[in-house]
Amino acid sequence: MKFGKMKTHRRNRLLLVIFVVVMSGSGIAMALLALNENINLFYSPQEIVDGKAPVGQLIRAGGMVREGSVVRSDTDLTVSFRVSDLKNAEFTVHFEGILPDLFREGQGVIARGILRDDGEFVAEEVLAKHDEEYMPPELNDVIEQAHSEAAK
Amino acid sequence: MIAELGHFSLILALGISFCLMVLPSWGVYSRNLTLMHTGGSMAAGLFVFLLTSFLCLGYAFITDDFSVSYVARNSNTALPVAYKISAVWGAHEGSFLLWTLVLGTWTFAVALFSRDLTVDMRARVLSVLGVLAVGFILFLLLTSNPFDRSLPVYPTEGSDLNPLLQDFGLIVHPPMLYVGYVGFAVPFAFAIATLWSGRLDTAWARWSRPWTNIAWAFLTLGITLGSWWAYYELGWGGWWFWDAVENASFMPWLIGTALVHSLASTEKRGVFKSWTVLLAIAAFSLSLLGGFLVRSGVLTSVHAFAQDPERGLYILVFLVLVIGSSLTLYAVRAQGIKSNALFTWSSREALILVNNLLLAVATGAVLLGTLYPLAYEAFTGGDKISVGPPYFASVFVPIVMVLFAFMAISTRSRWKDTSAGFSPRRQAVYFAAAVAIVSLLSALLATLVFPVILVTSIALWITINLADDVLTRLRNKRAKLRALVSQPLSYYGMLFGHLGIVVSMIGVCCTVYFSTEKDVRMLPGEVVSLGGYEFEFHRMKKVQGPNYVADQGEIKVSRDGEPVTTLFPEKRLYTASQSVMTEADMDPGFFRDLYVALGEPVGESAWAVRVHVKPFVRWIWFGGLLVALGGILAVLDKRYRLSRRTSESVVGASVV
Amino acid sequence: MTLNKSLLIPLVVFILLILLLALGFTLKDPHFLPSELIDKPFPEFSLSDLYSAKTRTREDVIGDIVLVNVWATWCPNCLIEHPELTRIAAHEGVTLVGVNYNDESAKARNWLRRHGDPYSFHIVDNDGRLAIDLGVYGAPETFVVDQQGVIRYRHVGPVTRDVWQRTLAPVIDLLGSGA
Repeated sequence: MKFGKMKTHRRNRLLLVIFVVVMSGSGIAMALLALNENINLFYSPQEIVDGKAPVGQLIRAGGMVREGSVVRSDTDLTVSFRVSDLKNAEFTVHFEGILPDLFREGQGVIARGILRDDGEFVAEEVLAKHDEEYMPPELNDVIEQAHSEAAK
Repeated sequence: MIAELGHFSLILALGISFCLMVLPSWGVYSRNLTLMHTGGSMAAGLFVFLLTSFLCLGYAFITDDFSVSYVARNSNTALPVAYKISAVWGAHEGSFLLWTLVLGTWTFAVALFSRDLTVDMRARVLSVLGVLAVGFILFLLLTSNPFDRSLPVYPTEGSDLNPLLQDFGLIVHPPMLYVGYVGFAVPFAFAIATLWSGRLDTAWARWSRPWTNIAWAFLTLGITLGSWWAYYELGWGGWWFWDAVENASFMPWLIGTALVHSLASTEKRGVFKSWTVLLAIAAFSLSLLGGFLVRSGVLTSVHAFAQDPERGLYILVFLVLVIGSSLTLYAVRAQGIKSNALFTWSSREALILVNNLLLAVATGAVLLGTLYPLAYEAFTGGDKISVGPPYFASVFVPIVMVLFAFMAISTRSRWKDTSAGFSPRRQAVYFAAAVAIVSLLSALLATLVFPVILVTSIALWITINLADDVLTRLRNKRAKLRALVSQPLSYYGMLFGHLGIVVSMIGVCCTVYFSTEKDVRMLPGEVVSLGGYEFEFHRMKKVQGPNYVADQGEIKVSRDGEPVTTLFPEKRLYTASQSVMTEADMDPGFFRDLYVALGEPVGESAWAVRVHVKPFVRWIWFGGLLVALGGILAVLDKRYRLSRRTSESVVGASVV
Repeated sequence: MTLNKSLLIPLVVFILLILLLALGFTLKDPHFLPSELIDKPFPEFSLSDLYSAKTRTREDVIGDIVLVNVWATWCPNCLIEHPELTRIAAHEGVTLVGVNYNDESAKARNWLRRHGDPYSFHIVDNDGRLAIDLGVYGAPETFVVDQQGVIRYRHVGPVTRDVWQRTLAPVIDLLGSGA
C-alpha cells in the first residue's frame, strides 16, 4: 500500500482513528493504574480484631464510638477512642487534630488511616455521620453482621 | 388551604405537561397546524402552575405552617426569613420542586424565544420538554410530595433547617446549579427533535448554541458557588472534595464544555454533526444520572439528601426510558450522516476535536472513579471501598494539562486551515518566554516548585496567545479602540472564558502547593505562627444569635509585629436541632486568605484551633465567575438576537 | 445503506451503566434492617425511671402490647414524630414506653413539659446500654413488643401517620387478634 497516495481525507480519517484510540487508550490505562493505587478498603471492628485487615496500609475502618472511651491529651490535640460494633469487637483509634462537629460518643464514625501491628489504628482523617437520618452503608453492615453473629 | 392550592396546581401542571407532550407531537404526526401551535400556550400554562405551586410552598414556609410535614422538618419559627425562603429548597422534596420549576421556566423560555423556528420543529422541541416535565412532576406527586400534611395532629414547632444550609451560599447555589443542570434539557430537546425530524442539518446547532451557552454558564456559576460555600462553611478550608455528588455536577459540566465547542464547529463548518448530537444527549443524561446518584442512596456522600429506594427506583426507570430511547433513536437516525467539510490538522476544527476527546476522556475518568465503588462491591460480593481524591488528581490533572497546552495553541487557530496565521516556531518562542518569566519570578520569590512553574507557564502561554490574537485583530485598524469595541460579543465570550480558566488554573495550583495549615491546642494569649503571620488566641466569649448560641473566639493576626486583622471564628449550637456547627472566619485577600476555625474545647480554657494561610485561593472562584461571564457574553452576541420573522411564512415551506 | 454499528456504542455503554446502577441499587437498600431482632425477647435491663427513683426492668415492659420508643432531646426527628405518638397513645389505645437515649434527664423532663408526655413511663438510658442491646442505630426508633415480651417489629426513623397506618397498626392488630 502506498501511503503517500491515499486521498487526503482518507489519510486524515486513519490518523483520526489512531489518535482517538491512542488518546482514550492511554487515558483508560492511566485511570485503571491510578484506581489500583487509590482504593481504600473498608474493614469492620470484627475484621480488625481477627487480624483480617492489612497492617501498614491505608484503609478505612468504622463502627460506633464507645461511650466514655474518648481520651484527650492535656498538651496537644491527640485524642484516642474505642470503636466497636456494639457486640464483641472493638479497637482503639488514635488521631491528632480536630474532630468533626458531628463526632459524638455512641454515634457512628469512619476513620481513614493505617492499622499498626499492635492492632491499634492511627487515623489521618475521621468522618462522622452527617445528620441524624444518615447512616453510611458500611456501618449498617457492621452492625448487621454483629447482630447476626450474636444471634447464632 | 394554601398548601392544597399548591398541590392542586401541581396536579394541573401535570395535566398540562401531559397535553404538552401529546398535542404538539400529534400535530406533527397528523400535520395539523393548530395542534402544533398549542405548544406555546401549554408551555406558558405549565410555567404558571409550577410557579404557583412553588410560591405556595414558599408561603407555607414564611407563615410557619407546620401542618405541612416538609415545612415542619425543615423550618422553625426562630429561623430568619431569608433562610425560611431558602429552606424551600433545603431538602429533597422542595429542591425537586425547584428543579421542576426550572424546567418549566426553560420550557416557557423556549416557547417565547423560538418563534423563528419552523413550526414543526418548535412543536417537536416543546413536546420533548413536555415528556421531561411529565416525568418530573409525576416523580414529585408519587414519591416526594412537598405538600403532604400531617393532620389532624401536627407539631407546634418545626425541627430546623440543617445549620450547614443556613447560609447565603445555600440561598443562591442550588438555584444556579439547577438552572444549569436542567438547562441542558434544552439542547437535549433540540437534538432529539432533530433526530426525530430526520433533518440533521446544521440549523439545529445554530438554534441550540445560545441555549447551551447559557445553561453552561449557569452550571459554571453553580459549581463555583458550591465550591466557595464548601470552603467557608464546612470549616476546614477545602474547596473541592471529589465527592460523588460534586462529581455528579462536574461531569455534565465537562461534557457541556465539550458541547459548547463542538456546537461551534457544527454550526460554522458543518462538521461532527452526529458527535455533537451525542454530546447533547450525554450532557443531559449525566445531569439526570447526577440526580439519581444524589437521591437514591446508591453512593455514599456528604450531601445528605434523605435516601429513599422508591425514589431511586423511579429515577432509574425514568433514566432508562428517556436516555435509552434517545440513544436508540440516535443509533437509528444518525445513520448515514456525513460531514463533508474538509479540514487540516492545524485547523480549529481539529483542535476542537482534540478538546472534545480530552474532555470526554476526563469525564470518563471521573465517571469511572465515581462508580467504581459500586462495581467493586457488585463484583466482589459486598466488599466496600472508597476511591480517594488522589485517584482523581492523578488521572484528571495530566489530562487537563494536555488540554491546556492545546488551548494555548488553539487561540491562534482558524477555521478550515490555520497555516496562514499559525507558526509552530512562534509558539515555541511564546512558550519559552512564558517559562522564562515564570521561572525568574519564582526564583525571585524563592518558591521554585516544579508543578507550579509548569502550570503557571502554560497559563501565561495561553494569556500571551490571547493577547497576540487581540493585537492581530487590531492590526491595520486605524481606530484601535473602536476596533476593539466593535469585536463581536462572542469573541469577548471566548476571551473571558479562556482567561477565566487561566485564572482558576493559577488559583488551584498555588492553593494546592503553597497552602499551609496547623491544628493546634491554644490557651488564651498563646501565639502560633504560620506562613509569616502570627495568630494570637486572644479570648473566648459567648454570643447569642437569632437561633443559636455560640462560643466566639477572638484571634488577632499580625505580621512582623504589625496588626493585620482580627478574626472571630465561632462554634455554634443551633438550639432547635441541638446541632453543633463550626463557623470559620477569614480575612479574604487578592493574594492570600487567612482562615481560622475552632475545633472543640480541650481542657479548662484551651481550644483546638485550626489556622490556614491559603495563597491565591480566591482566584479559583474569580476564574469561575469569568468563565460564566464569558458564556453569558457569547449568548448576548447579536447573531443570536431574535430575527422577528413570522413563523407562518416558514411553515409554508416546511410543512406543506 | 450499510448499518453503522459504531452508532450503537453509546447505547451499549448506557445499558451496561444502567445494569451496574440497578445492581448497586439492589445491593444497598438503605432501609434494609437486620431481621435478627424481630421475634427476639426484649433484653434484660435494670435502669432508673425518668421521674422517680424507681428501677425499671424488663418486667415493666411485659404485659400488654407496647410500643417502645427510643428518643432523645437532641434528635430533631423525635420532635417530628411526637404529635403522631401523642395521637397513637391517646386515640389508638396503645401503651407507649419511652427509652430516653444518650440524654440528660433534666433536659428530657423539660422537653416533655414543653411538648407533652404521652408515654406511660420512661426508661433512662443515658449511657446507651439498653440501646446497644436493642441494636439501636440512632434516635428515633420504635419497637413493637408483644404480651410475652417478644420484639415483633422494629421501625427506624420517625413514626408518621403513614408508618402507623401501613405497618405499625397492622402488626399490632395481628398481635392483638392472637396470631
